[in-house]
Amino acid sequence: MAEQKDMVLEMENLNVKFVLEEETVEAVNGISLHMRTGETLGLVGETGAGKTTTALSILKLIDSPPGVLECDRMEVCGQDVLKMTTSELEHIRGSLVSMIFQDPMTSLNPVFTVGQQIAESLERHENLNKNDAWKKAEDMLELVGIPRERAIEYPHQFSGGMKQRVIIAIALACSPRLLIADEPTTALDVTIQAQILHLMKELKEKRNTSVIMITHDLGIVAETCDRVAVMYAGRIIETGNLDEVFNHTKHPYTEGLFNSLPNIKKRKHKLQPIHGLMPDPTNLPKGCAFAPRCNYATEACKERRPELMGFGGTHQAACLAYEQAGFHIERGKTNG
Amino acid sequence: MAKTMEQTTERKARGQVAEIWHQFSRNKGAMVGSFIVLVIAFIAIFADVLLDYDTQVVGQNVAERLQWPSAAHWFGTDELGRDIFFRILYGTRFSCSVGLVAVSIGLVIGVTLGAIAGFFGGALEEVIMRSTDILSAVPNMLMAIVIVSVLGQSIWNLMLAVGITSVPQFVRITRAAVLTVRNQEYVEASKAIGLTNGKIIFKHILPNCLSPIIVQATLRVASAIISASSLSFLGLGVPAPAPEWGSLLSGGRKYIRDYSYMTLFPGLAIMITVLALNMMGDGLRDSLDPKLKK
Amino acid sequence: MHRYIIKRLLLMIPVIIGVSFLVFFIMDLAPGDAVDLMAPEGATAEDLMAIRHDLGLDQPVVIRYIRYMGGMLHGDMGISYVSKTDVFDTYMQKLPATIKLSFASILVSVLLSVPLGIYSATRQGTIQDNISMVLAMIGLSMPNFWLGLLLIIAFSLHIHLFPSGGDQTLSAIVLPALTIGTGLMATLTRTTRSSMLDVLKQEYLRTARAKGIPEKTVVMSHALRNALIPIITIIGTQLAGVLGGSVLTETVFAWPGVGRLIVDSLNMRDTPLVTGSIIMTTILLSIVLLLVDLLYAVVDPRIKAQYIIKRGRKKRG
Repeated sequence: MAEQKDMVLEMENLNVKFVLEEETVEAVNGISLHMRTGETLGLVGETGAGKTTTALSILKLIDSPPGVLECDRMEVCGQDVLKMTTSELEHIRGSLVSMIFQDPMTSLNPVFTVGQQIAESLERHENLNKNDAWKKAEDMLELVGIPRERAIEYPHQFSGGMKQRVIIAIALACSPRLLIADEPTTALDVTIQAQILHLMKELKEKRNTSVIMITHDLGIVAETCDRVAVMYAGRIIETGNLDEVFNHTKHPYTEGLFNSLPNIKKRKHKLQPIHGLMPDPTNLPKGCAFAPRCNYATEACKERRPELMGFGGTHQAACLAYEQAGFHIERGKTNG
Repeated sequence: MAKTMEQTTERKARGQVAEIWHQFSRNKGAMVGSFIVLVIAFIAIFADVLLDYDTQVVGQNVAERLQWPSAAHWFGTDELGRDIFFRILYGTRFSCSVGLVAVSIGLVIGVTLGAIAGFFGGALEEVIMRSTDILSAVPNMLMAIVIVSVLGQSIWNLMLAVGITSVPQFVRITRAAVLTVRNQEYVEASKAIGLTNGKIIFKHILPNCLSPIIVQATLRVASAIISASSLSFLGLGVPAPAPEWGSLLSGGRKYIRDYSYMTLFPGLAIMITVLALNMMGDGLRDSLDPKLKK
Repeated sequence: MHRYIIKRLLLMIPVIIGVSFLVFFIMDLAPGDAVDLMAPEGATAEDLMAIRHDLGLDQPVVIRYIRYMGGMLHGDMGISYVSKTDVFDTYMQKLPATIKLSFASILVSVLLSVPLGIYSATRQGTIQDNISMVLAMIGLSMPNFWLGLLLIIAFSLHIHLFPSGGDQTLSAIVLPALTIGTGLMATLTRTTRSSMLDVLKQEYLRTARAKGIPEKTVVMSHALRNALIPIITIIGTQLAGVLGGSVLTETVFAWPGVGRLIVDSLNMRDTPLVTGSIIMTTILLSIVLLLVDLLYAVVDPRIKAQYIIKRGRKKRG
């Protein structure tokens, strides 16, 4: 274990469910995450795997009701988030931890200028007066590659990529220790995606910020992350550093993700999509949630839920198949 | 998974009307409102069976004038000794029929004009919509007052005035609904097989625009009842001695200082009726148009 | 933006012509005219004809209408048949009372409904929310003049707190303003609530919360400003409505405003005064509605951009 002060995030056994009138959605089921300063963690999974809910839980931004959040331990930079009052929480949001959202089109308030929206968090967290906050907001715009004169413009006057730059400027304005980026490039054109990722990487290195990169795109993970955690149906099913997860894949689901990737160098090979759908989060199976879609599944997988087990180094995966000696998954033929 | 699948198929099998009823019946306010509306409708229809108009409703009995509510006269008696409870009961007939007929007038004229404007477009639409703008530029109440006072005080003119002032809203709603339906494929198909315009409008377009029109009509009956009683209160409604609720209030106002019950009960009757219609209308809107539901 | 305003003002002209035409001809349908009502006892048929001739009432309606509109072009709205005073002056004399009452009512309504609507929206589905919505529904269903009568019974006859009519004292405005204001409240509370509910779902509020903006600021500044458009629309329509004359409330409280003027002149078949007052009311309403539209631009920069594009200025890319 690393030294205490080095840890940006320590989260043990997070559970989040949404209790609705007719059903209960079990969105996150026992997730633990640990992050060091400067580290970038890729949180990977399909839509509905619970990635965003996990991220929002760190800021305690889950709507309650209907959301119910339970967690054994949640510390951000050594501060216990679970014990914080609302006003203490409001003080760490945007200053210690900030967040970038998926859709830049809907994430900016249409009736305030972008300058106001950046300056607002500076005024709040850095005790700046209106003028200084505004100047610093303009600086932030320049930092993300937008001319400072445009601070007086409104969100509708910006393109999608520019809006995402503004959102990054808001998120980074108060130099947070931890930045949570929730699919920051999904809604953008491919060319803009690369620009935004590059910008984020550059700023993160400059400021030694830790980043949780939520994405379903393994390419982005390979590009930007040090460590990976793969989520499925509200659980982490495989985690480790980039090399461990990418080159020594253990979990059949992770393998399936790789096999679903098109590969431009070997176009003759067929894609191997994972068949079926994610299980209904209101009605999760008793055993391994992936078992119904898994090629290696046995009767035991339907009955018993696998726990994460170590594979050397930081590598962990949750799959019952490894209880049999000598089991290994077959690397998909389409992967290079 | 399997469970939700079953539920969806089950819901589909129940059909659209059943689904709307399912939604509607879950709304307590709407159910209470509908029940009250039914009771009021019953009283309105059978008022002449329940009460004898000449003796119990308009017959004077000076010996018992201005009595406060008692076991004999639940809501008290007026300055001519008439039982206010009976008069309110019988008044249901006037207020409800004014509301219904007025809205029917507005509905027929408004829906026809709106459908024509929406379906044909062009200069015809322009003329209809601009006339609608002009009619709605004058506040409804003022327009109704002008119409009744010019045509003379009678229940028919009251219905006509309230009906005419509700035309613009029906025109707008129908036109908007027709516009969204007009360009859908089944309408194109009806044109292709050579149906007449009238057939297309009444058989294919209007039935698919019904939801907003039904909701609007229900809520309009509520406001028509208020408008009608307001006009009667001003002395522009149903002539005496008919026990229209607004006229009852107008009569009670003269005795407001010492016999305030004469003011209280007729207003309560209006309020309960309108409240029930509004609750029903809200419920209808929620179940007919799930998109609007919060 | 100027061009937009001018265009809107020009669009009012056909509406005003239409309204005056409509009212003029409806008035003509009436059996009997002002002369019948105001003729002295025992006047002969010849006397009546002479008065009619003086007033121009012996001319066909189309001629009278054209003459009337000709006068309008010179700013002359005619002379009241009954009081022989200038129509415009008579209307203007009554207008201040109506404006005073209108603004007082709107103030009552806004001060109560907007906070209540926001409160309900932020507590959607709770008992407090349900109670306020039921109260709003009851308010919506109450005939306004009846509420006025109830207020008179309670506050004027029983505890003698406020006068029951007239406009002589400052406190006289309290009851009529409460009456109209309460009537408006129902709609405004419901609108505020549903508009806030729409906005509270928006993602930009999550952005604001993630920035660490206190919940109170998120609701009262970030959310409310976005929810304002429907709220302003309703306030504007309501203001237009009460300015148009709250005939009933003015009658109940003997408030000497425009609504009463129109009803009284209708009873006297005073066509010029009725037509003139209704035209003035229509103009007033159109202006209020135009101001509301302009207010949209202040509240929402996207709408402002639309108005400016209409003017043809090139947008910076």
